Amino acid sequence: MTIVVIGAGPAGLAAARSALRAGADVTLLDSSDQLGGQFWRHLPDAAHAAKQRVLHHGWSTFEALASEVTQHPSCTLVQNAQVWLIEQRDDGAPRVHAHVGPVDSVGRTALTLEPEALILATGAHDRTLPFPGWTLPGVYTAGAAQALAKSERIALGSRAIVAGAGPFLLPVAQSLALTGARVLGVYEATTTAALMRGWGAKPWQLGAAVGKMPELAGYVAGHVRHGIPYFTGRAVIEAHGTDRVEAATVARVDASWSPIAGTETTIETDAVCVSHGFTPRLELAIAAGCSITAERFVEVDVRQQTSIRGVYAAGELTGIAGADAALAEGSIAGHFAARGPRSAEISRAARARDRFVSFGDRLDAVHAPRPGWTSWLRDDTTVCRCEEVTSGELASIQSQTASCGLRSLKLSTRAGLGICQGRICGRSVEELLGGTFADGVATDRRPIVSPVRIGDLANASVELPTEETSHQKKH
Amino acid sequence: MTAHRLSPEHDPTERIDAEHVSIIVDGEQLTGSSGSTIAGVLLENGRDSWRTTSRDRRPRGIFCGIGVCYDCILTVGDERDVRACQRRACDGDVVALQNEARPSEEGEAS
Repeated sequence: MTIVVIGAGPAGLAAARSALRAGADVTLLDSSDQLGGQFWRHLPDAAHAAKQRVLHHGWSTFEALASEVTQHPSCTLVQNAQVWLIEQRDDGAPRVHAHVGPVDSVGRTALTLEPEALILATGAHDRTLPFPGWTLPGVYTAGAAQALAKSERIALGSRAIVAGAGPFLLPVAQSLALTGARVLGVYEATTTAALMRGWGAKPWQLGAAVGKMPELAGYVAGHVRHGIPYFTGRAVIEAHGTDRVEAATVARVDASWSPIAGTETTIETDAVCVSHGFTPRLELAIAAGCSITAERFVEVDVRQQTSIRGVYAAGELTGIAGADAALAEGSIAGHFAARGPRSAEISRAARARDRFVSFGDRLDAVHAPRPGWTSWLRDDTTVCRCEEVTSGELASIQSQTASCGLRSLKLSTRAGLGICQGRICGRSVEELLGGTFADGVATDRRPIVSPVRIGDLANASVELPTEETSHQKKH
Repeated sequence: MTAHRLSPEHDPTERIDAEHVSIIVDGEQLTGSSGSTIAGVLLENGRDSWRTTSRDRRPRGIFCGIGVCYDCILTVGDERDVRACQRRACDGDVVALQNEARPSEEGEAS
């Protein structure tokens, strides 16, 4: 049994391990040259850090996973591997095409794999909503602050603000503090009332959250130790500066995240770190033909199998529920992809998964962006960072063309056509354009998964997807 | 004061910055810590923007830090559009910054 796992974060590593334990031959692909994904992104060996664990949760879990997987004789680890195309096949799991070599370099080695089963564990990335000034240097995603702190020991500023929505803001503030930054405040947009309603309701469903209490207590203690104030019902609605950020305006917001007039305060800061949740990296799943749920996650059954036989998904792809859920889902996906027998360990993982997944549902219900965020924008606010398309341009082109298809709107506005392929602005653009489109197209559909150099494309002996072969289900 | 790298003596990870990496950025030599990304070397040297956008001519540097947004792209050797936050700096890398304006369309003021 040959299995390819894409992504070496918590879900991918757990999937690789349980597939190996069940007797499969596993090829583990990851775009980075280090294992651990974003969650366990860490310092290079050259730093000789004796105590990496102080920056991480579950570091010993990572060390155990990484050593078992990499030392296993049936595991082939391919790092610096950028998957750029997935081809559906009639007689098995999809064919995977990757380029292997230094990031974005010319002439990387082409690798094509035809596994019997495929496990997608591609994770998620920050979603940051636009606001005036968000394109200034010094405005970052919260994930950037976390990544630079953990993997380079760089604090993105000296007087930092962390803002947005969701519990992820807490570890980010902690990482900044542990990297020598002063964190002026954490600003959670969700109001106190909504937090109480969301987290206080049906406490018997919060089994997973109870498991997360020590982690939360650790952040609270860290916030107290580093003197980091935590505010709810507040949002960064503007960043100020000429060539870099110098200050930010924070305002109180109502339950819909609309700013309350007269509550604005301006704070001098050199790093505004903002995330309003996460977007799953769906393109491989969509290319493989997997059904996507109405909430825009990959649909899976109890075995983590997608709608496509032989294709499994685990981790943030199936719902944003954190590393514990990802580990449980990965274990289950790897086990069943390798056709492992029923086991007590996998039953335990399934129970853990179900607890954490309900925790993830709760997270989404409480912290998901509310429609009032669009009132932060002005006509001249950039929405698409790559193509520099403003909110006003989006609205006027939409009304002038009367287009109701996302594809035609993208072509006429250029929003989402830049090099990031709409990963940063896509969902915001969709929301600003009304959210439902006659052509059933969604930003997440990217038949060519990552930018490919023309020379590499010319050397590739593949049948590129066409409109017919990569048809996406409407959702 | 902008981004800065925490000095090893204050770092709870007890890291040791024993080795360094040197790169040339638009003719200037910058030194960073071994294993850093190119973005890491730039940030460590106090640079937080290294690209000019083609339409509005605005400065950009790092934004997402995880290889998704492509805001931090630069040229390494003869390879354009390399994500600085993902590419490890190698000793002797020659980096050029990408500041080209968008070609103006006929009839449009450039």
